[in-house]
Amino acid sequence: MLHLILFLFFGTICVAGAINLLAQSHPINSALSLIAVMASLAGEYLLLGAEFVAAVQVIVYAGAIMVLFVITIMLLNAGKEERTQGSRVAILIGVPGVLIGGVLVAWTLLHRPDMQTVPIGALKGDPSDIARLLFHDFLLPFEVTSVLILIAIMGAVVLASRPEAIARPHRSTPGPQETRELVATGKDHR
Amino acid sequence: MIPLSYYLLLSGILFACGVLGFLIKRNIITIFMSIELMLNGVNLSFVAFAAQWHALSGQVFVFFVMVVAAAEAAVGLAIIIAVYRTRETLNVDRVNLLKL
Amino acid sequence: MTPQTLSPLLCTIPLLPLAGAAINGFFGRQSSKKAISAVALAFCGLAFFMAVLIAANFSSASAPYSFPLAHWLRSGNFQVDFSFYLDQLSLVMLLVVTGVGFLIHIYSVGYMWDDDGYYRFMSYMNLFMFFMLTLVLAKNYLVMFIGWEGVGLASYLLIGFWFTKDSAAAAGKKAFIVNRIGDFGFLIALFLMIKHFHSLDFTKVFAQVSAWPTEVAGIGILTAIGLLLMVGAAGKSAQIPLYVWLPDAMEGPTPVSALIHAATMVTAGVYMVARSSMIFERAPTAMMVVAIIGTLTALFAATIGIAQTDIKKVLAYSTVSQLGYMFMACGVGAFSAGIFHLMTHAFFKGLLFLAAGSVIHGIGGEQDMRKMGGLRLYMPWTFTTMGIATLAIAGIPPFAGFWSKDEILWQAFNTSWVYWLIGVVTAFITSFYMFRLMYMTFGGDYRSPAVQEAHGHNPHGHDDHGHGHGEPHESPWVMLGPLVILAVLSVVGGFVGYGNRFEHFLAPVFQGATEVAQEASHETAGRALEYLLMAVSVSVAGLGWLLAYLLYSRRPQLPARIAQSLGGLYQAVAHKYYIDELYAVLFVKPVVDGSTTILWHDIDQGVIDAAVNDSADAACHVSDSVRHMQSGNLRSYAGWVAAGGAVVIAYMVWMGVR
Repeated sequence: MLHLILFLFFGTICVAGAINLLAQSHPINSALSLIAVMASLAGEYLLLGAEFVAAVQVIVYAGAIMVLFVITIMLLNAGKEERTQGSRVAILIGVPGVLIGGVLVAWTLLHRPDMQTVPIGALKGDPSDIARLLFHDFLLPFEVTSVLILIAIMGAVVLASRPEAIARPHRSTPGPQETRELVATGKDHR
Repeated sequence: MIPLSYYLLLSGILFACGVLGFLIKRNIITIFMSIELMLNGVNLSFVAFAAQWHALSGQVFVFFVMVVAAAEAAVGLAIIIAVYRTRETLNVDRVNLLKL
Repeated sequence: MTPQTLSPLLCTIPLLPLAGAAINGFFGRQSSKKAISAVALAFCGLAFFMAVLIAANFSSASAPYSFPLAHWLRSGNFQVDFSFYLDQLSLVMLLVVTGVGFLIHIYSVGYMWDDDGYYRFMSYMNLFMFFMLTLVLAKNYLVMFIGWEGVGLASYLLIGFWFTKDSAAAAGKKAFIVNRIGDFGFLIALFLMIKHFHSLDFTKVFAQVSAWPTEVAGIGILTAIGLLLMVGAAGKSAQIPLYVWLPDAMEGPTPVSALIHAATMVTAGVYMVARSSMIFERAPTAMMVVAIIGTLTALFAATIGIAQTDIKKVLAYSTVSQLGYMFMACGVGAFSAGIFHLMTHAFFKGLLFLAAGSVIHGIGGEQDMRKMGGLRLYMPWTFTTMGIATLAIAGIPPFAGFWSKDEILWQAFNTSWVYWLIGVVTAFITSFYMFRLMYMTFGGDYRSPAVQEAHGHNPHGHDDHGHGHGEPHESPWVMLGPLVILAVLSVVGGFVGYGNRFEHFLAPVFQGATEVAQEASHETAGRALEYLLMAVSVSVAGLGWLLAYLLYSRRPQLPARIAQSLGGLYQAVAHKYYIDELYAVLFVKPVVDGSTTILWHDIDQGVIDAAVNDSADAACHVSDSVRHMQSGNLRSYAGWVAAGGAVVIAYMVWMGVR
């Protein structure tokens, strides 16, 4: 009983956050609702017994990625969305498509008679157990993902830097004579 | 005792909301956040199945999904910044230079 | 020489001129004219030498000789090989073709020396010899058809030799197309033969045919084959209704007219009919058709020849007329008489054409007889030899033409006096127009002083040699030599047939026919009748000469007055009875119009081009509408993806439900 109440509580927050993300016009509001969604998802994970995943969800997703999003929104000074004529196709074909797909999936899920029930805390996701899997069976993907992150860092740095920042030639520090000239003409600072 | 299908339904709703957001919203950053929403929905589905089948690898996969989502968010936001620099707009309808 | 050693030589005879044609064709452009002439004459002369050698060693007892060269078609129990065959008939044709051909080759060395395409001419002439010899020496109808088509090709190439001239190119095309119509009949005949006799080999076919009963009522298979063969022969040998190409073929150089359109190619039809005598013997209806066509053509062409003013056209119509005689002979069963006339005709008609060429060459390219005259003083040798040929063709004894023509008329009389009467009338007309030609060309005074100023460059002249002389002159000996030789043959050639020797020689080939003809011709009472008819034909020839003398020598102004008084009739004859125009309206125009509207506009442009263009247009339209998918708009891409995803989900659900 408690299980169901908790599930519904967290689920309602998730769905409400998701719908709010769609409804808001300012991106910062959407970002905050997304944070709410992620936090409640962490609660869902705990209900399923995935402690490690829930912790990582809060730390990485809600704590790092969403912060990144908020930084970017503030950096770019994103304002309210303007209403522009977008693509008719997206509205006319895409939305019905999504709805139909969703309805079909829901129908399939609800019609299966032999769906098992999941007890609360069904699978204990100990960090030690996960670590054992991670560093034994999935060692290669683990290493590959570390390389992936490295590449992503480099990519992000390159993509977001100013063009002249890359093209700027290497300059050595000026000697004493040059320094005196620079100070005298006032060119020692930009 | 909650049937598995409830979890999957919740996951599906989150996913559908993500897709709808992708289709409806005009701000690039909001679209990106919809993508993150989709990924979260999928994560929930993974964990639910892992709980049902007592396979811990489902949770490990969620771990990897999060890593990839982080990397993707970093790079994607860098791209958005670059696009903003050149096009001076965050409206995705204005970024259509690849139009025929 | 035994048959074993003689038979293989048969295949060398056609292949020698082929080698000459190939050498001249490939290397002639860079070679000197002397080298080209040497090659052409050497190979042609060698072929003649081989023919003489074979003739010397020919024995009727071992005839026929055959030599299979190579396999060709094998299909079930039907087979056709490249085989060569020599019997008495082929031997006669072989000697005529190689002999007269060789003489004309020598003549062309002189005639065509100044032409730019000299090597091409010699190559084509040798090529023609190859095909003609293949035709004559073939052992089955299919190899004969190769030669048949090949001589048609060589004829086209040589008629249109000066292809930059529109009329020559058109004449070549006309000859080939009209020939083709005849070939179609020939082919159908071959198909019938394959169906009923399962072979095209002469010996096999004739063996089966001899077992067939004579078809007297209706149209049986043999009659059909005979009629279709006659269609082919009518095309090749210029009989009604397919003769229209021969007068136009005079656009070619004169040696071509002499060789192809007088002596050899046009006689291929006669040879083919004679070769198929076994078939015709058993199809009386077909033979009657042959005789009728021959007789009518003889008379018809002769009447046209009266009014022609171009020297070569007169000779062309004369050829058509004489070929009619040959078909008349075959049609009444006197096949050997037809071949006899073929041989003598080759001599005197070849001579006539070569001499005409000499005349044209001597006066700088003029061919209109109205501008000639008095040339006997300038070209005595040409005059003498042409005179001998004219006497021969008119049928005046003891020249060659008399013997052969008389034999034909006698055999025709035995079948029906109508044939004989028309033949006699034609002989009268022949004599008249030939002596008209002689008087207009050589008699009186030279009528064209304009040539003496001009430097031999005549817009009408088909054979332009760019002579600087103004006066007519005799031709060089390289051209006169063959004339003299042919003149000698025109005198003595007839004695071959004296006392029915020729007939006896060819008897084994025409067993059935000879029996029929012999019964009638050698009864004692028949002898007196024969001499009477001989006298009639000689006197008729003499009358023709007299009339020509009166009209063109004594009173040259009379012909014009007669022509005026006859008015429309004369115009019709002068315009060849407007047959060409009739054909153009009846056949040519509908075909051309039909091709233009239906085949070109409707099918080629409307269906084929349209299919290609419309499929390209369709691709354009489709891609034009599809390209809107690539709008560059991110959200529309997402929309499509979502829609596609929904389709996939639906499919999976549906599969799961099933």
